[in-house]
Amino acid sequence: MIAWAAREHHRFKAAGKPFVYLVPSAAIFELDDAADALLRTLSDRPRTREELSAFDNIDETLADLARVQAIGEIGAPPPVSPKVIPLAPVAFETARSVPLTTMVLNVTNQCNLSCTYCYEYGEDKIVDTANGRQPKFMTEDTARESVDFLLREAGDVAHITFFGGETLLNFPVLVKTVAYARQRAAEVGKSVDFSLTTNATLLKPEIIEFIAENRIGVTISIDGPKDVQDKFRVFTNGAGSYDLVAPKIRELLRRHRTRPIGARVTLTSANLDVKKIYRHLTDDIGFWEVGFAPVTTAATRGHAISGDGYDRMLDQFRELAYEYVEAAVENRHHGFSNVQETLEELHKGVSKAYPCGAGLGLLGVATDGDVALCHRFAGSDAHKVGTVRDGIDRGAQIAFLEKHHISNKTDCSVCWARPLCSGGCYHEAHTRYGDTGRANLHYCEWIRGWTDVCLQIYGELSVRNPAFFARFEDEHDASQVS
Amino acid sequence: MTHLKSVNRKAARIEQATAPDVVALQRTGVPQMPHFPLGCSLIFSPGWEADRTGGTAGLCQPVERDLFDCHIGCYWPAQVPDQLNHAPDWTAKCAAAQKDWRKMDLIFP
Repeated sequence: MIAWAAREHHRFKAAGKPFVYLVPSAAIFELDDAADALLRTLSDRPRTREELSAFDNIDETLADLARVQAIGEIGAPPPVSPKVIPLAPVAFETARSVPLTTMVLNVTNQCNLSCTYCYEYGEDKIVDTANGRQPKFMTEDTARESVDFLLREAGDVAHITFFGGETLLNFPVLVKTVAYARQRAAEVGKSVDFSLTTNATLLKPEIIEFIAENRIGVTISIDGPKDVQDKFRVFTNGAGSYDLVAPKIRELLRRHRTRPIGARVTLTSANLDVKKIYRHLTDDIGFWEVGFAPVTTAATRGHAISGDGYDRMLDQFRELAYEYVEAAVENRHHGFSNVQETLEELHKGVSKAYPCGAGLGLLGVATDGDVALCHRFAGSDAHKVGTVRDGIDRGAQIAFLEKHHISNKTDCSVCWARPLCSGGCYHEAHTRYGDTGRANLHYCEWIRGWTDVCLQIYGELSVRNPAFFARFEDEHDASQVS
Repeated sequence: MTHLKSVNRKAARIEQATAPDVVALQRTGVPQMPHFPLGCSLIFSPGWEADRTGGTAGLCQPVERDLFDCHIGCYWPAQVPDQLNHAPDWTAKCAAAQKDWRKMDLIFP
């Protein structure tokens, strides 16, 4: 006797219609009423074909749902999710080498601010930035070696992101590196582009001029209006930085028009007024887009966001996200970049084996040329995967990929949001639990809530303005999603 | 599909990839699942229209088609012994298939 059961999925409603997000394929289907009712019934508990005979046209509906694996026969083996470790000795035909695309260059680990929540300098730091063996500034030689390393490891396109500390404290090396990378990239026939992250305190007219002329993408770390910014983003003497940075940012936005300039906001328990921050940074200051991230910190710190804080954050994210929908329906720009990024992943149907590209397509380089998983681990011996001189330590890299594959995160195996989240940030997990391999269980509810909001928005746009998704289509990455 | 409408890119690919397959064994393209002709003997009353993967490649091979269940549950009964025409006493010694299947002999036309 054949009995049918629902397989992993998440149902949601958008624009009055039922939709389903399938796990782990990450496919999104709109359902008609018959399919919706049947899927609901089977989600309640498995039924035999006979128990379902009251449904009209039942065999056709069953066949459609079974075809996309939204349901399956009881006892039938579940669909296979092969554990393919990228870069591992070719075990599967589909495994292929993944080129390095992004290198984050920590040109200095020094900073002229003393933001109290900083993961690099605050109580949660993992590298001794003050007295450690890492030089305070990257030398020109190391930067050149890093560029050579990147161009060796990269495919046709390479990105360099300058990072710190405060990146602009080492502006002279940054200038030389841009010139050297351009020259070397041209010689080897690859293209290279640049971006940097800064706290904006050191943006002088000549620096702004250089950034604009060289089409360097800029992300500014800023928390919002004066009262918010000055709470955590302070100088060593405790004075706030808002009055210094605001005019400099305005000047940068006025002069630098070749690349969109984004603000990157750190949210803390004392700083959760997302909409107010967004309004200020876009309307008053003029940022093109604003991205928000909850602070990475141990649970015991005063500024750590706790359960209730995540709920408040989600409510405000939801409100801003619906503003985004209204703008998108009219094909207007809206700068809430968290939505934009998630929508793109939903549209492509990304189903991740790893939460991010760290250790794979993205690597961080410490001031002495040690290569780490990402910029947040730069300089940490425990998370080192090579040096720019000797190249990537493939053994360490594959061991990392082996350990951190989603199939090892048992907590995630029953979560419908895992195609997008895949356990979350390694550094966050390291800070919370002392282990990069742990799933970030402290924000699961938040991630599922936020993913649900984004799915609703995606569904709504698919009904009201499907042409909007054309912006996420580009030929060269079509092959990367499988 | 009539009850589902693909919305994102992955859904469109699934729809494409699972389009009804009438050529089964001639199926081409990568990635191809390994072909295990599991037949239908793993369970006692399978639906014979399609195999576990939704195709027909995993169904029984002709040589295997003299298994007990073929002549009752199978919808291709013509080629196997049936108890009306070819072998009225074929299962006489087989009270319970799970236990007594060894007592059934091969039948030659």
